[in-house]
Amino acid sequence: MLSFIARRLAVAIPTLLILVVLSFVLMYAAPGGPFNSERPLPPAVLANIEAKYGLDQPFWKQIANYVVGVVTQFDFGPSFQYKDRSVNDIIAQGFPVTLTYGAWSFVVAAVVGISLGAAAAIKQNSWLDYMAVGFTIGAQVLPNFVMAPILVLIFTLWLGWLPGGGWNGGQWENLILPVIALSTSYMASIARITRSSMLEVLNTNFIRTAQAKGLSPSRVIFRHALKPAMLPVLSYLGPTFVFMITGSVVIDIFFSTGGIGRFFVDSAFNRDYSVIMGITILVGSMTILFNLLVDVLYAWIDPKIRY
Amino acid sequence: MLPHAKDVESVGEAVQLAEVQGRSLWADARTRFFRNKAAVFGLILLVCVAIFAIFGGFFTQYERDVVDFSLMGANAYKGVPSFETGHYFGTDASGRDLYARIVQGTAISIMVGVVGATVAVIVGTLYGATAGYFGGRVDGIMMRTVDVLMSIPFMFVLILMLVIFGRSMFMLFLGIGLISWLDMARIARGQTLTIKNKEFVEVAHAIGVHPLKIILRHIVPNLLGIVAVYATLLVPQLIIFESFISFLGLGVQEPNTSLGALLSEGASNMFNGTIWQLQFPLIAFVFTIFAFFFVGDGLRDALDPKDR
Amino acid sequence: MALLEIEDLKVTFKTADGDVNAVNGVSFGVDAGETLAIVGESGSGKSQTAFATMGILAQNGRATGRAMFDGRDLLTMKQGDLNKIRSRDIAMIFQDPMTSLNPYLRISDQMAEVLQVHKGMSKRNAVREAAIMLDAVKIPDAKNRITMYPHEFSGGMRQRIMIAMSLLCQPKLLIADEPTTALDVTVQAQIMDVLSDLRRDLGTAVILITHDLGVVAGFCDRTLVMYGGQVMEEAETGALFKTPTHPYTKGLLRAVPRLDRDDAALQTIAGEPPDMSRLPVGCPFSPRCDVVMDHCPTVRPPLETEGNRRRACHLSADEVTS
Repeated sequence: MLSFIARRLAVAIPTLLILVVLSFVLMYAAPGGPFNSERPLPPAVLANIEAKYGLDQPFWKQIANYVVGVVTQFDFGPSFQYKDRSVNDIIAQGFPVTLTYGAWSFVVAAVVGISLGAAAAIKQNSWLDYMAVGFTIGAQVLPNFVMAPILVLIFTLWLGWLPGGGWNGGQWENLILPVIALSTSYMASIARITRSSMLEVLNTNFIRTAQAKGLSPSRVIFRHALKPAMLPVLSYLGPTFVFMITGSVVIDIFFSTGGIGRFFVDSAFNRDYSVIMGITILVGSMTILFNLLVDVLYAWIDPKIRY
Repeated sequence: MLPHAKDVESVGEAVQLAEVQGRSLWADARTRFFRNKAAVFGLILLVCVAIFAIFGGFFTQYERDVVDFSLMGANAYKGVPSFETGHYFGTDASGRDLYARIVQGTAISIMVGVVGATVAVIVGTLYGATAGYFGGRVDGIMMRTVDVLMSIPFMFVLILMLVIFGRSMFMLFLGIGLISWLDMARIARGQTLTIKNKEFVEVAHAIGVHPLKIILRHIVPNLLGIVAVYATLLVPQLIIFESFISFLGLGVQEPNTSLGALLSEGASNMFNGTIWQLQFPLIAFVFTIFAFFFVGDGLRDALDPKDR
Repeated sequence: MALLEIEDLKVTFKTADGDVNAVNGVSFGVDAGETLAIVGESGSGKSQTAFATMGILAQNGRATGRAMFDGRDLLTMKQGDLNKIRSRDIAMIFQDPMTSLNPYLRISDQMAEVLQVHKGMSKRNAVREAAIMLDAVKIPDAKNRITMYPHEFSGGMRQRIMIAMSLLCQPKLLIADEPTTALDVTVQAQIMDVLSDLRRDLGTAVILITHDLGVVAGFCDRTLVMYGGQVMEEAETGALFKTPTHPYTKGLLRAVPRLDRDDAALQTIAGEPPDMSRLPVGCPFSPRCDVVMDHCPTVRPPLETEGNRRRACHLSADEVTS
């Protein structure tokens, strides 16, 4: 198992490096530097600033410095826009917020989605099944940026039950709408995948064997069907977590929650490249980490995978 | 956010099975498709949406980018949807006719989806078929590359690219295309691995047909079923994707618009009493997405009839 | 009194293309310790008869009639009561050993749970018992290999494991649904040997479902021939093989390759296996029968007892044999 993880890491680390280099090259290739504004700076001042940020050095040296800084100290350098803040400061401020509602959304989507999908499959063609299928079809047209305004319209504007935005240190009133907005469409996808994979498993020969052995229905499902039915779901959960983080750009803008999504979009408009890169690399490493985690879980569940 | 690969893969199996049994797959599929109420409903809806997007502009006296200055600041009571003023769907925050803008937004969203899906499917199929056909080290390197690309958070890279190289339709297509061919490549490769061992491919190989010709003449046609299903399901995903980007203000640029941009505008103005600015784009969005999903699902079930 | 008495069993599947009648009024009995073969082509309803008895029909399937076991009807029994009978009194092994074991659980877990559930044994004792049973079906090094997963065994080995698992509670009846069909010929013989030895040692009654008459001859006391979901003929195995009194049985026997005679060419029964959604109202075999009469497709021949034999044909036994 350890060597399996080691081999996976051997692929993951170069991937991460590629990501770092790719985003740096993209930034370097950008027409116009970060300090080109409508009002051109005097050349002397510009040279000064560029020297401060190391932009006057040759390309290979810049990239080497950046990569070394990121790899050895998790230092993403200074922000180009906020003079006295580093990228790390910005991430330290926004990421915990994003992680809080992201993790909640992930848990809600996974737990509700899997239970709903499994229950629908077990009670196939019951009213529960029809409702679950209806929900999964309906939720396909409810991505986070559609859910968010609808939720605010109903719960804030019409009913006045919940605040339409703000973070407030993560109070539950402030958490509910972002979490629902973020999790709904993924919950539906997870339910759909669970349902179809559970149905497939319930029709296999080994489930028939388990029934013929005289096991109770709950034992058949929990002991024999659940593990194999979870495999396709598992491979969807990795990307889902990343989508949750990605979705923060919508959530932060719409609900003013102040996560990294807000900073990302602001930086995008301000051409604050170091912040964009820092966040991209952070999310990239989380993607890689989660895919690794899924692979390990997969290998742990499926005895046929050799590690 | 992309169509689930596993759903689509079994279509490939069904197509090959039908081939073996000598049934006329496409004729059977057509019969089954038209017996499926949801699929037929989706198809009708799709035709309606397409007609709306293409010809909708003829039914209004307003242009999508003409600002009615008399409505400035009085939108909430003067810009309401009405047949008398000719603003069927009301006006937007700048006093432009919302109907005309939704017509254009729908057209652009569908175009982005269809063009993006076409590019993705062509690139993905050829890439996957090549990797699968040659196998061995070529396959190893090609698919490892796909693995690496898959773990890059493309949403962020796309935003980065849009910011650095400026926002343009071309950049949007490029970015969307870059993301969505990866899954198709994986599916196409998997299918190719099974087709490759069929007699007709082995015979072609044995008599010395050029590999490129074998891929194009023998392997790709056998992937058509799966490609059709994947492409139809990819279109709505890409529309959602584009809407997401446009919602952030990074997609289609003014005076042009897309459903995502309209939704974004409507959402940001919903506290101003102009609820129709959210409502009508939302309806157009929901109809468009549903139409593609229903047709895609119907196509999949028609080509691979099994209980889901 | 018979151990298991099936009376007028009917199995219907609801499908998108209408109802399919897989079993149309089958009756038979099995005595304690007896071996009965149910023979027929694919689609004759023989497997569905077994599934209905065990209560493991596919979701869209429905069984009517009676299946009396120990004076109780298995078909109307509550799920919980049926679960107490399954595996403890009636066990079943299946056609495809490659997919019949759960690939995600160790053999030890899958076998032990039978004893844990039915006998309330501790896990440790159950595994020990299971290992003894694996030994009995001649799995080498059973003690160590019991912790392996199914994919680490060959098809023949997996079927041995299935047999061992089914006999753990020493059931009164074992239903073996084509236990050797999916296996190599050499392995088939080994499996039948194992089954035959254990059956003798434990005194278990066996219903052997098969389309392979070669397997039947050495193993079963009585043989029941099915076609189109109905019983065509039933007799003691020796008598049935010697003098088949139904055109279908005759056809089946002619289709068995013979090594002891080289004059007779191998014959097949003309026509296709029956389409279960479009059976004739009369005798299901009539479309393929070489001695068919005018009223055969429209009038169903009753299953009549003649001495030790039951048969369903409008012709008399003598007319068929001559």
